[in-house]
Amino acid sequence: MANEQSNSANPNFNLKYRRKQSAEEMKHQVVTFVLMIFFTLIAFAAVAIEGISPWFIRPTLLLLAAVQVIFQLYYFMHMKHKGHGAITLFIFSGLLVGLITVLAFVTIVWL
Amino acid sequence: MSTYAKKKGFGATLWDFLTTVDHKKIAILYLITGGLFFVVGGLEAMFIRIQLAVPNNDFVSAGLYNEIITMHGTTMIFLAAMPLVFALMNAVMPLQIGARDVAFPFLNSLGFWLFFFGGTFLNLSWFMGGAPDAGWTSYASLALQSEGHGIDFYVLGLQISGLGTLIGGINFLVTIINMRTPGMTYMRMPLFTWSTFVVSALILFAFPPLTVGLTLMMFDRMFGANFFVTAAGGNTIIWEHLFWIFGHPEVYILILPAFGVFSELFATFSRKRLFGYSSMVFATVLIGFLGFMVWAHHMFTVGLGPIANAIFAVATMAIAVPTGIKIFNWIFTMWGGKVRFTTPMLYAVAFIPSFTMGGVTGIMNAAAPADYQYHDSYFVVAHFHYVIVGGVVLGLLAGITFYWPKMFGTMLNETLGKITFWFFLIGFHLTFFIQHFLGLLGMPRRVFTYQKDLGWETSNMISTVGAFLMAVGVLVMVYNIIITSIKNEKVGNDPWGDGRTLEWAISSPPPFYNFKQLPLVRGLDPYWIEKMEGKTEMTPAEPLGDIHMPNGSFLPVTISFGLFVAAFGALFHMDDKAWSIPVIIIGLLITFGSMLIRSVKDDHGFHIHKEDLMDNTDKGGKS
Repeated sequence: MANEQSNSANPNFNLKYRRKQSAEEMKHQVVTFVLMIFFTLIAFAAVAIEGISPWFIRPTLLLLAAVQVIFQLYYFMHMKHKGHGAITLFIFSGLLVGLITVLAFVTIVWL
Repeated sequence: MSTYAKKKGFGATLWDFLTTVDHKKIAILYLITGGLFFVVGGLEAMFIRIQLAVPNNDFVSAGLYNEIITMHGTTMIFLAAMPLVFALMNAVMPLQIGARDVAFPFLNSLGFWLFFFGGTFLNLSWFMGGAPDAGWTSYASLALQSEGHGIDFYVLGLQISGLGTLIGGINFLVTIINMRTPGMTYMRMPLFTWSTFVVSALILFAFPPLTVGLTLMMFDRMFGANFFVTAAGGNTIIWEHLFWIFGHPEVYILILPAFGVFSELFATFSRKRLFGYSSMVFATVLIGFLGFMVWAHHMFTVGLGPIANAIFAVATMAIAVPTGIKIFNWIFTMWGGKVRFTTPMLYAVAFIPSFTMGGVTGIMNAAAPADYQYHDSYFVVAHFHYVIVGGVVLGLLAGITFYWPKMFGTMLNETLGKITFWFFLIGFHLTFFIQHFLGLLGMPRRVFTYQKDLGWETSNMISTVGAFLMAVGVLVMVYNIIITSIKNEKVGNDPWGDGRTLEWAISSPPPFYNFKQLPLVRGLDPYWIEKMEGKTEMTPAEPLGDIHMPNGSFLPVTISFGLFVAAFGALFHMDDKAWSIPVIIIGLLITFGSMLIRSVKDDHGFHIHKEDLMDNTDKGGKS
């Protein structure tokens, strides 16, 4: 929202700037997309190839998943843009509360 | 358009309230409905105390007693305290941040009507085969065995009203994040607005577990699922976890707005800036977080094991730290201030020792080994009534008295207010203080009667006398409200004389569009800053212009009414009634039909034109 507003009286200047911004954005999205596909391939390969210890595969998969979620949120759902502070705060405090609850259940509560 | 200039007929007023999307009118609706449910819950409390006044009493039967205690708890928490809290939030919060209205006025109305129909549905159980009788916590092992439809009324009624609460909470969050007036930074927000913000976040995260729990319970009871049936491979403890993951934040949802009200009161009536403002904000947020990490302290005796009990005990005790910060800050606010003991201030001063006593017994309960002694005894009853009545109810009575002129434009009588206060305070301590000792003497919770010669007779009689004193206090308050409304002597912007925050810079009651021009905020307690510089009103932050307002709508009533109808169908579907499926379908058609109308019909609202605003001379509009 904040990015769409123009402070300049010169529409050409603004357009040029915005074109550049969009190109930059596009580049980020393509790079992220390729990386995500690559990570997915690694994940499938790790499970498919025999002889790798599950003790290595499990944390690797979880790590790859976490990175993908961050890519998704920041590059495709625009959380890296300005004006998303409140959303970021709520997502991460929600995660904190939720994960502590899950942690409590799997470690001390033994439901 | 003016809301106060001309007198309207009863029908027009009724239609106005049924269709309103104005936060100030929705606040009045919440206040009236919450007040009525408070009286219903209070009557149930009186029946409990009459039944327990003497040993072997037969005022009510055991089964009816179970229904009364269940409905007393459920009504007081969900249908009295929550809506009264929402009434204050709706009335005050948008004014405190200088907003035109809440972010989604239509949803605000929808939230109220969902609560209204959910609460009505729950209370209709009295006339339709018996109320819920498994306690307000409705533990699954007991609830699944309950005969009749009581528990089904509980499940469906709370589901509908919980939806309304969730909608209201999200609405307040968006309002506070997006609609603050220029200059109103987060760290300049009044403490009541801060507590509204934190409470709304708690609602956002705490109500979904309740929704899940109620849904599982509904499947177990109505469709033969076995989520909580141990014999069929389910686990009855899951309900307890889900309920308390919601239930513990819920008590903070109730107490934090009371903290907010008291923070405003101490600053206003000590004529001093709130001591340690930033630490108050920090403490409020921290209480919000810790509230989610202590739910298992309600379940120490379930058998989670020593490690879980120890960790949850320590986490619980940690909450005493931010709460202690708040208590000391309130005391330091009064210290050196020019304290005026008005009725709301009396409540505030009485709140400190009353609530602290509840906090101290809370720490006693939090010590897991000791809790095995207190568990399910009157000690626990005394503890949570000390925090809920001594905290929440005193806060609500104080807040309603304090903001009454802002909501209705007329002051409640101070003498009658003080009479209410003394009756209520003395009655409250008389009722509940002695219950600590009843608990320590071994009287269990939720028993409908007891034998002679156990040493409980005198204490129970004293407790009942106290309950009657509280009832007298409430009756005096009702009388006060009636004569104040009849006299209807209008007051100005700042009837208490020492208002600090933005809501006191606007007329009482405010015009339906709130501030004509959004006010410019130059610091904490903005109105006080302007007053100290010799000004009588806020500096506007924008030139006078057209104001965009939403149209009223009847659809929130029909959306909620549809769910109300469908809930009856779902409830009687268990009895294999032939009409149950058509009733469900008709109800859902009403709901989804109304939602469809809302979606396809364009409603752009209307504009109040600049010229009309300039005619309005009562504020001497400068532009």
